[in-house]
Amino acid sequence: MSVVPADVLPGTTAVQDGDAGRPAVLGPSARLWPSLAAVYRSQLSRARVARIPLLFVATFQSVGIMIMMRGVVDGAGEARYVVAGASVVVVAHVALNLLAQYFGQLRAGGGLDHYATLPVPPAAVVLGAAAAYASFTVPGTLVTAVFGCVLFGLPLGNLWVLAAVIPLAGAALSGLGAVCGLLAPRPELATLLGQLGMSAALLLGVLPPDRMPGAVRLLRDLLPSTYGVEAYARTFAARPDWALVLADMAVCAGVGVVSLAVATRAYRRASVR
Amino acid sequence: MCTVRGLTKTYPALRARRGAPAAPEVRATDGVELDVRRGEIFGLLGPNGAGKSTLVRQLTGLMRPDRGTVRILGHDIVAHPERAARILAYLGQESTALDELTVSLAAETTGRLRGLSLRQARAERDAVLDELGLAPIAGRPLKKLSGGQRRLACVAAALVGERPLLVLDEPTTGMDPVARRAVWAAVDRRRAERGTTVVLVTHNVIEAETVLDRVAVLDRGRVIACDTPSALKERVADEVRVELVWRERAPLEVPEVAALKERAVESGRRWTLRLAPEEARTAVATVTGGAAFAALDDFTLATPSLEDVYLALGGAARQGLVKG
Ligand SMILES: Nc1ncnc2c1ncn2[C@@H]1O[C@H](COP(=O)(O)OP(=O)(O)O)[C@@H](O)[C@H]1O
Ligand SMILES: [Mg+2]
Repeated sequence: MSVVPADVLPGTTAVQDGDAGRPAVLGPSARLWPSLAAVYRSQLSRARVARIPLLFVATFQSVGIMIMMRGVVDGAGEARYVVAGASVVVVAHVALNLLAQYFGQLRAGGGLDHYATLPVPPAAVVLGAAAAYASFTVPGTLVTAVFGCVLFGLPLGNLWVLAAVIPLAGAALSGLGAVCGLLAPRPELATLLGQLGMSAALLLGVLPPDRMPGAVRLLRDLLPSTYGVEAYARTFAARPDWALVLADMAVCAGVGVVSLAVATRAYRRASVR
Repeated sequence: MCTVRGLTKTYPALRARRGAPAAPEVRATDGVELDVRRGEIFGLLGPNGAGKSTLVRQLTGLMRPDRGTVRILGHDIVAHPERAARILAYLGQESTALDELTVSLAAETTGRLRGLSLRQARAERDAVLDELGLAPIAGRPLKKLSGGQRRLACVAAALVGERPLLVLDEPTTGMDPVARRAVWAAVDRRRAERGTTVVLVTHNVIEAETVLDRVAVLDRGRVIACDTPSALKERVADEVRVELVWRERAPLEVPEVAALKERAVESGRRWTLRLAPEEARTAVATVTGGAAFAALDDFTLATPSLEDVYLALGGAARQGLVKG
């Protein structure tokens, strides 16, 4: 088809021919931050195409739970947990459940090959996707929190703390979601794990802990979303104990760092078969 | 440029599970040896399941071979699979990672992840989308496009960010002739301007004959021939392909037809025969005259194609190759 014979071709490629003995100079690799930003942006744009209905579902679910719990809760103390729990459930639904599903499907459908044949650091792919999914939760979490405060007559003054709770709980839960999605041997299993995680966050998050039996409370303490719920619930107090709020957020941050590191390793493993 | 020696990969046997039957182990590539030269459009031709995708996944560092070596531009890809991403661009058979992006963002993001700056990535994106005629649908998500358009968008993503080696796994599947021509023109331009080398997987015989400089014919994991398409066809140049289509069934009561059956590859009402020119003339005379003619629906005589080469070399699949 070509009229150019192969042996008189110009030698102006980025990677020079290394057949003469020395290996060729490699092309550039993508640096962490620019590629993370590129992955983040492309993931955000997927929301416009595919995720908006799912974000509505997450929000409606939480709003519905709060309305149902209205007849059950006893005083402002319990209402705090309901509102904080329902808000964090939005994060769990999107960051844990949907991200697990996404990575599960990406892996099963050969989508990881695309990233694995680009010179991009694994952390950029995992963190970019996790950050995007955490961002998807912002509108739903805010709507849920505001609606809940109005419904139960809680103060709106400390709503700003969500600016820290969403990213930290988001990091912890999306890290776990990514781990589930990348380690589960089959995509259905990844979806199942994500949904189980979300159900746990739902059941253990919105119910006031004082009424739980000891074993269930232990389980609640093991769930990273709990610390997001606790941090936010504490800020409704007349005089919040900010040290404890910080401690709760530190737990989220710790879980986030560890789970995202594990997810990055899982990604690396999943992309070379 | 790219040297492959003794490349072997066996997929382990799968135990039966609900919804999935048990599968025996499959030796998908079996001692494959290849030498791809710089600036060449090198093809891997074979029917479905021949091991083409498995082979290119090993070339691109995506899959570790059980045995064998892959050297590309002096780099050992088996020992350092991560280097492949900095030498080559790969177009896989799936587009899962890009499906929900717009054509434009798919190309731009891929360019950025190939190490381009935002400005470079956008400039190259625009150039490639124009080159492939994708500009009018640049704003549409891939999954809302037709199969051929989606494939073309994936080709665009593969071409953003220059690489000396392009590895393309069935790039033109589902494309209309205009899109195909755009792809081959884009590939050829890169080769003329920069000496780009292309490894191309195809099961399309016509495509193989028209665009490839050399082709390796794969069958059940083994390279059964490797040469230029015309040299391969030389091997069967003394033969003519006769295709007979019967109306309902072959008139086997005619002795000459019964004799032909021995040498025919049957596929429903269609018989395919490879015959010496003299035999072909006799065969055509038999079926177009006398009792056999009433049963004949259609017949063609053709010079051999790469498909005949594949069959003459002992290729096992009778219908794996596509002629169009
Ligand atoms: N992941 C896998 N697990 C088990 N067997 C596989 C897998 N992928 C491919 N195979 C088998 O390996 C052989 C070669 O497949 P493949 O390389 O996809 O062929 P081609 O691309 O030429 O159609 C086929 O028999 C196929 O069924
Ligand atoms: Mg294939």
